[in-house]
Amino acid sequence: MASIDMDNYKKAVRPNEEDFINFSCNISQLKTFRINQYNGFFFENNKNNEISITKDIIICTIQTAIEKHHSIIESKNLLNSIEQNQEGLFIYIPDNISLEIPLQILDVIKANEPISIESKSIIIVGEDSHIKLIYCDDTVNGNISSTESNINIFLENNSSLEYYKMENINNSSSIITNTNFVLANNAQLKTFWLSINGGNIKNNLNVSFEGEYSKADLNGLYLADKEQVVDNLVYVSHNKPNCSSIQNYKGILDDSARAQFKGHIRVMKYASFTEAMQNNRNILLTDKAIVNTQPFLEIYNDDVKCSHGATVGQLDESAMFYMRSRGISERSARMLLMFAFCTEILSKASIEELVDKLQDIIKRRLHGELSSCENCVLLCNTPCGTFDIDMSKIN
Amino acid sequence: MSLLEIKDLHCSIKGKEILKGVNLTVNKGEVHAIMGPNGNGKSTLAAIIAGKDIFEVTKGEVIYEGKNLLELSVEERAAEGIFLGFQYPVEIPGVSISNFMKTAINEQRKYKGLDPMPTMEFMKLMEEKKKIVELDAKLANRSVNEGFSGGEKKKNEIFQMAMLNPTLSILDETDSGLDIDALRIVASGVNALRSSENSTILITHYQRLLDYIVPDFVHVLFEGEIVKSGPKELALELEEKGYEWLR
Repeated sequence: MASIDMDNYKKAVRPNEEDFINFSCNISQLKTFRINQYNGFFFENNKNNEISITKDIIICTIQTAIEKHHSIIESKNLLNSIEQNQEGLFIYIPDNISLEIPLQILDVIKANEPISIESKSIIIVGEDSHIKLIYCDDTVNGNISSTESNINIFLENNSSLEYYKMENINNSSSIITNTNFVLANNAQLKTFWLSINGGNIKNNLNVSFEGEYSKADLNGLYLADKEQVVDNLVYVSHNKPNCSSIQNYKGILDDSARAQFKGHIRVMKYASFTEAMQNNRNILLTDKAIVNTQPFLEIYNDDVKCSHGATVGQLDESAMFYMRSRGISERSARMLLMFAFCTEILSKASIEELVDKLQDIIKRRLHGELSSCENCVLLCNTPCGTFDIDMSKIN
Repeated sequence: MSLLEIKDLHCSIKGKEILKGVNLTVNKGEVHAIMGPNGNGKSTLAAIIAGKDIFEVTKGEVIYEGKNLLELSVEERAAEGIFLGFQYPVEIPGVSISNFMKTAINEQRKYKGLDPMPTMEFMKLMEEKKKIVELDAKLANRSVNEGFSGGEKKKNEIFQMAMLNPTLSILDETDSGLDIDALRIVASGVNALRSSENSTILITHYQRLLDYIVPDFVHVLFEGEIVKSGPKELALELEEKGYEWLR
């Protein structure tokens, strides 16, 4: 997976909608408003979409947004970043909307030959609006694909967004996400970035504070084995005073997996009373697994509270002995410890049904079972491995 | 047949000999106290019985219910009925006490060829056993030992002992760090679990604990050997004279 020769990839074209129609995703016990994208393309009239939530919410292609909702596009100065005939998804949540039921974007990838997919989305959460969004990437077969998704998300004054990103693609495929969050005054952002399966994953996450008293709580978990590569590059830019950001990323690496965490915090000259924290913790299960963790603090103001920490280690041996002394097998003890390590990331998530599901996915991933939602079976040619201690892997 | 028979046990860590020929026999229904100054091998003996592998047994044997204990893994020993109450119980963030106990009970049952304990039965057992050590109901949903006070940690050890119903319990310095109320609760918990079918080894260096849990035998472990054994009155004598008179 280390190198991807893009010459062999064919650029994805708008696929036949009918090819995807049988695919749906159900998170048991959880109702979501589902928005489907097929190979990166959004189909406005797809009957699998559940987008008539309220008449005020706009969910359409970017092209339609340019034609029909020009004023919104203009108010955000988006025209510069949109090309003519731009494909992509546009979501606009007007002011004063609170949705208890989460939105769910389902990016279904079905490659019949190696394809490269590029998608673009624009999401605007209006003033005093409160939204939860689950964004899933799923491949439905084991064929090679390469996806790059570019998402711009705007949180207006007093709005909040809880954003869950589930990366669960086959291990022959790669994904690059470029996600930019722009926060106005008193906006609250929480993200949960879960990289579970995928050959090569690179997440560029940018948060920009353009108003005061806003908060960003960024959580991430990566589980990588075999030859998987997972990079998380987080960039938080404190441009205004009185904002706070937390980065909490964790990973477990097995076999020859590699991961990178780079957390860049920039505090501008006028951003007094900034609080920025960063924590990255890793467990390496073999001596072939590699993690690079790199805090990068760029601070131009004296009146700030910033902290960073990073650890790379193995499982706690004293906890292992304690558990085994109660009759818990070595394997189960390791699983319990790893599971606890992982699920701490979800402690601030509010959608209980989803947390249950994610815990189940994490548990199955650690056990080496195919870990996808009931209906979207990952038909990998390369099933994922087990996060299990096999001493032969170590030397 | 004795429950536990330790014969001429020698062990060392990093080349330094810690136990220099320990002999001890424990029968079912007995409570043995092992006393002695710090650093003379008491905790090492407990750890070897439980299976901690940082020690090298250089000589001797440990027979438990007729089996060579030293050949069994840590978890196998637990499933065979051995319980170690830790001097310093370990904090395990993210693993709740109930999940921890459920896993432990079911893995022990699996070892014995039994089906997992039904959830209702498990819940009932938890409720029942929590009372033995007056364990705060709220603690059961918390992570194992995380943020517990010294007293709560020791109560949690006895609670786990009650849940797992071991045949041989080794309580390593269970009295250390306890105030008098916690000591009384922990001791009454241990007494409540005492029966003719199980045995307890108490490791302590104070006589105080033995006012509450009355042992059948007292042994003094000194410089890696059991230098003196006697009835419970020996503890009082030690309290009075100190360990130096044994030299």
